[in-house]
Amino acid sequence: MVTSKSELAIEAQGVARRFGARWVLRGVSLQLEPGEIVGLLGANGSGKTTLLRIFGTLLKPTAGTALIYGHDVARETDAVRSELGFLAHTPGLYDDLTARENLKFGAMMLGLPAGNNLDAALERVGLGHVINERVRGFSAGMQRRLALARLLLRHARVLLLDEPYSNLDTAGIALMNEIITEAGNAGGAALVVLHELAPAAGVLDRTITIENGRVADSRPAPVPRLRPRTAERAAAGAGGGR
Amino acid sequence: MAFRDDVRRIRAIAWKDLTTERRSKAGFNSVAALGVTILVLFGFALGPDAQALRDAAAGALWLSALFAGVLAFNRSYQVELESGALDQLLQYPGPRWVIYVGKLIANSLFVGLMLIIVIAVGIALFQVSIPAAWPSLLGVFALGAVGLVVLGTFYAAMASRSRAREVLLPLLLFPMLVPVLLAAISASKALLVGDMMHEAGAWIKLLGAYDLIFFVATLWAFEYVIEV
Repeated sequence: MVTSKSELAIEAQGVARRFGARWVLRGVSLQLEPGEIVGLLGANGSGKTTLLRIFGTLLKPTAGTALIYGHDVARETDAVRSELGFLAHTPGLYDDLTARENLKFGAMMLGLPAGNNLDAALERVGLGHVINERVRGFSAGMQRRLALARLLLRHARVLLLDEPYSNLDTAGIALMNEIITEAGNAGGAALVVLHELAPAAGVLDRTITIENGRVADSRPAPVPRLRPRTAERAAAGAGGGR
Repeated sequence: MAFRDDVRRIRAIAWKDLTTERRSKAGFNSVAALGVTILVLFGFALGPDAQALRDAAAGALWLSALFAGVLAFNRSYQVELESGALDQLLQYPGPRWVIYVGKLIANSLFVGLMLIIVIAVGIALFQVSIPAAWPSLLGVFALGAVGLVVLGTFYAAMASRSRAREVLLPLLLFPMLVPVLLAAISASKALLVGDMMHEAGAWIKLLGAYDLIFFVATLWAFEYVIEV
């Protein structure tokens, strides 16, 4: 794990990005503290995914600075990548490898010990029964779950999730929320690109809305997450009332 | 420790590429079939003159390997582009050159196997007798294949970012391969006819030097073509 340089988990200062003549981001500034889970909202083409890809080191900003725990995403890519768990809109799996082999490849690329329990990660996401089956035969939801299992291997301090609920059934949405909440409760931060708030109800601390490549709004989530300390207090209060 | 991790990553990429290729089968079968087909077409174009066939054998062999190789190099990144796997690959920590070396190993085995088939068919089709200096000829084929794979893997990575990658790859690759092909064809031809002018040695040295220069240059530059 890389030593932290900043108190902030995610920070953007005037981030702009141009594709050809079109400015997709026009100076986005935002901050996420460790333990904070933020939903990123906005219409199609507003620049949400572009911003997430910049934080994920997959695009370089045309102007401005983006930092993950104080590390510049454009210059300190290796330090940033060891902090990140990035779930893209597409699963990024290899169709001709089995579920277990896909995870084995991920574990090898992450430099994890050979004995790392891949089957446990697959069991957790509900794919224990198809460990040795090729991904080619998986449904979109199963592929999403496998991508989630790969994300779990990283033990990342920052989660970047692009429309994480797409193709997931009710149980899958609950599992996704459980994983996001766990990350937040453990002090990690998560930036979640969403089209609708409903699946993430009770998971987010805050929402940020992007419009025309700029931050248009930042407000507390309509159904805020019960943080551990708050939850403990609530439990103590409930106990005292009995 | 970091180097051991890099070696592990190289192994992972080579294993993944070879496993997916072995299971899909379509890739190797089509590449080998294309190589053989081009060789047969060269045979038809040259006619029944046995001497003309023997004289053109080295050139026909290398050009068949080149055209079939382009298909193989494109496929090696096609697997990454399907379902966004390239983004995930770039998300892993570690230097970018490990991706290049991993793919280089997989492509070398893949193209090497294709070359064996093309050579076997070429020997039969072009009525070439195996020369006494066959170990040197084998060395030329190995060095030529390395040059082809080094540049092919590198330019396929560059072209993979473009929507017109199938067209772009040959346009980028063919001019850069001219020195490698020239040295490989000249050395092969000299060895096939008995190397009476003692020119094969110079061509082999030149081929080795090209391989080394291109390998070092592409290893260094890979990061700049794969990252955007």
